[in-house]
Amino acid sequence: MLNESLDPRVNRLKLGHEGEVVTIVEGENWNAYEVFHQEKRGAHHEHVGSVQAPSAELALVFAKEQFARRKRCVNLWVVRSADILAFDVEDEDMFATNLEKTYRDASGFKVMEKINKFKGKK
Amino acid sequence: MLSQQAIISLLTKMGDDALIIGHRNSEWTGLGPIMEEDIAFSSMAQDKIGHAWALYRVMQEHLGGQDPDQFAFMRAEKEMRSCHFVELPIGEYDFSLMRHFLFDHAEAVRYESLENTAFEPLQPFAKKFKGEIKYHLLHADEWVLQLSRGSEESYARMQQALLHCMPLALGIFETSKAHEQTLIDEKIYPGEQALQARWLDRIYPVLSKAGLNLPGIESFTPVYGGREGYHTAYLQPLLDEMSSVFKLDPTATW
Repeated sequence: MLNESLDPRVNRLKLGHEGEVVTIVEGENWNAYEVFHQEKRGAHHEHVGSVQAPSAELALVFAKEQFARRKRCVNLWVVRSADILAFDVEDEDMFATNLEKTYRDASGFKVMEKINKFKGKK
Repeated sequence: MLSQQAIISLLTKMGDDALIIGHRNSEWTGLGPIMEEDIAFSSMAQDKIGHAWALYRVMQEHLGGQDPDQFAFMRAEKEMRSCHFVELPIGEYDFSLMRHFLFDHAEAVRYESLENTAFEPLQPFAKKFKGEIKYHLLHADEWVLQLSRGSEESYARMQQALLHCMPLALGIFETSKAHEQTLIDEKIYPGEQALQARWLDRIYPVLSKAGLNLPGIESFTPVYGGREGYHTAYLQPLLDEMSSVFKLDPTATW
């Protein structure tokens, strides 16, 4: 029995029995694109989510609808999710000791003491 | 003094086209091929309704026209001036997309020609709609290219949709017997013939990039009648449905 969904888009996928092997025909699946939104000219593009699309151009069209329909926007970037290189989750330990290295914080420098000392001399 | 009746005839047919195609395209809401496209198509359909409202409003403010809601929902079928192209049911997605492509390119050249119209109240709208229509065309062009290059079936469907749509699309440029020359003489707009030529120049590069074959324009018989009030059998049921809520209480405020 086919998956009976109320959503025609799900039914159109022609899903078979549970556990059945699904073969994917070349070109059948779309790519995921990450979307970056720019609120005003000169501002950073910020990651806001992703869309599925058959081409980069249509990814832009869809991104405009999903992420730039209501709030202010002057530009969007889309980039294929597969083109993003990221660390593996298990490599998180590389960042583990960051918090202990407080000498790297700009706040570690106690300049006010020196400034006040200098002012006191005058 | 510009000829008011002529301007009313122009704005009415433009508004009616936008209203009817906006309603038609909104019928895809919830049925679109994928969610993103569903939202995009519905959102553009809303833009069309917005264009219709703005044009009806210009008539109300400057030409002694009715309230836009009354004008949109209470007119008889015979008083509508939409072309047959926009009245047809949504059919399959190939037809709806091809209609969207051909219609919006026609809108683009029309509004561009109105940026310097002698009927000044229309100028700001021509400029305001520009960005929206530019986006509609980006969407339409990309889909035509995408589907024409997709598979054999999608290519065949797009080619077939193009041939089916062309005579109907030419109907967008039906001239008004009574007012066409006045509108041209008074520099309200350049006339349907000029717009049709510009439109062909716009769609041709996209179609050829998509590998679709557009036979010579003289081989099609344009489908006219809508501008004189003769409509397809599909318009009346659409009007009934579109106005069903409004007619429950035409004096209600929303």
